[in-house]
Amino acid sequence: MTNYLIRRLVGTIPVLLFISLLVFLLIQAAPGDPTLMLLGEDTTAADIAEAKRRWGLDQPVYMQYLKFFTAAVTGDLGKSFRFAEPVSDVIAARLPATIELAIFSLFIATLFAIPLGIWAAAKPNSWVDNFGTTFGLFGISMPNFWLGIMLILLLAGTFHLLPSAGRSTYGIAGPQQTGFYLLDSILQRNWPALKDAFTHLVMPALALGTNMIGILMRVTRSAVLEVMNEEYVVTARAKGLAEQKVLWRHVLRNALIPVVTVVGLELGTLLSGSIIVETVFAWPGVGSLLITGLTARDYPLVTGLVLMYTIAFVTINLLIDALYGLIDPRIRY
Amino acid sequence: MQTKAIAGGVIVLSLIVVGIIGPFVAPYDPNKQGLETMLRAPEWFGGTHFLGTDNLGRDILSRVVYGARVSLLIAFAVVFISGFIGVTLGAVSGYFGGKTDFAIQKLVEVVWAFPPLLLAITILAFLGQGLFNLILALVAQRWIQYCRVVRGQALSLRTRDFVTATRALGASDAVIIWRHIFPNLIQISLVIGTFAMASAIIAEASLSFLGLGVPPEIPTWGTMLADGRIYISTAWWLALFPGLCIFLTVLGINLLGDALRDLFDPRLKRAGTRV
Repeated sequence: MTNYLIRRLVGTIPVLLFISLLVFLLIQAAPGDPTLMLLGEDTTAADIAEAKRRWGLDQPVYMQYLKFFTAAVTGDLGKSFRFAEPVSDVIAARLPATIELAIFSLFIATLFAIPLGIWAAAKPNSWVDNFGTTFGLFGISMPNFWLGIMLILLLAGTFHLLPSAGRSTYGIAGPQQTGFYLLDSILQRNWPALKDAFTHLVMPALALGTNMIGILMRVTRSAVLEVMNEEYVVTARAKGLAEQKVLWRHVLRNALIPVVTVVGLELGTLLSGSIIVETVFAWPGVGSLLITGLTARDYPLVTGLVLMYTIAFVTINLLIDALYGLIDPRIRY
Repeated sequence: MQTKAIAGGVIVLSLIVVGIIGPFVAPYDPNKQGLETMLRAPEWFGGTHFLGTDNLGRDILSRVVYGARVSLLIAFAVVFISGFIGVTLGAVSGYFGGKTDFAIQKLVEVVWAFPPLLLAITILAFLGQGLFNLILALVAQRWIQYCRVVRGQALSLRTRDFVTATRALGASDAVIIWRHIFPNLIQISLVIGTFAMASAIIAEASLSFLGLGVPPEIPTWGTMLADGRIYISTAWWLALFPGLCIFLTVLGINLLGDALRDLFDPRLKRAGTRV
């Protein structure tokens, strides 16, 4: 297994290399001059030349890429044009917000979807099953940005139950320790801040997690149904084992493999879904940062973010592969 | 299964009809602005603007109807182009194996390493807005699903007796792929295509919502939603109707996809599962 994972890890290096090159070339193909955009139209030619020299934009493309690549390997992604700070610092400051949102969405999704999927499969063709499958279908068909807007309209605009945007109310949150507001307020025993962070998190997490609820529910249901037809389950029932025991001990563990796969794949979808949901809810994470970077043609920031997203996506897939072996001892690499 | 197929079919068919006859049934020019008709609430059957008007006085119903046309056109184009690329590369990869397979699968691996939508956002952000760029951005990752599944099928098909027999009769690789491998891949491609269409519609709307889709003068459901979001506290109808259209369209396509999958996958049918 360790060998397999090392092999996979080594295999991802050329993939990431190629991605960095692809992103770099796309940036070169982009119309418009970032220097003009940042300095304004009234800048003198001397100022532009100086800025280009400072940012290394006066060098040949391959030199720019080589410079970028050698620096990126050591974690130096350059300096953001827009924020005038190292890209890695800008990303690191916003990353906890996105991770908190993604984890909370994942939590909501698994909390709803897996029990609903199991329940629906345990009673096929019952009202629970019909409700579950309809709900699942609605979930996968729901555009998350529209759901987000509708939630704002209903829960924030009409009923005033939840705040419509941002991560916290100004002045309530204590000093940042981890960057995760829920965790920080628990560590500081600041209960009003915890409640505030929670209320800010609910709507974006629901908007982001609804697709996943639908997909996960459908996958759990079909995986459980499939395992239910296996001979070892029939045997377990035949020897008089209680239905609950059959379900928990024999069915669920085997049905978990496709569910874990989908959770992993969906984590990646959550990452990119957060780009849109963060824009809807003005959530200060890396998703909205990407849109800011794109609008400002902040090349180093955008390249850094795209690389971060792909590395995260590839790592999650790798971790999911490693998890298979733990869940199902029959899987050996 | 039948109910699903009928419900999905009716939704998708109505949408295609609306898309085709849209310009003839839309009550107004979708881009016609009017100061005196700004932000009118839906007047239903009692007035001139059935679903109300937007911040520039444009008729929402007319824009929704035209939006259907644009969304469908883009989705069909994306599904066909990505289907063509994916099925061809998948069939070639699986049939020939060896170095060809290795090269194509490496390409799959690279493109697959991008989280969904990120590649499209990156392409559009750097190449600029426009119908062609939007289709290119959406195709960039969507061919992968076809390629992966079709490769698996082609790998198994190439060892089957009918392929061996055709080869023994002296048929060339191109003839074998075209005449004997492709027909066996139609069913599975149809199922993938249906779901790819649903995802293309959502992706197109998402990109338009972010301001990266088609130019603003072309009405799409995504751009309508982006405009409506700003007025959400005062004019709910701006965001409600285009979003509802996206939701219903995707729901209809997914229903149809489910029904097709149930029909074409006897293994699922036997197990009584409806994924």
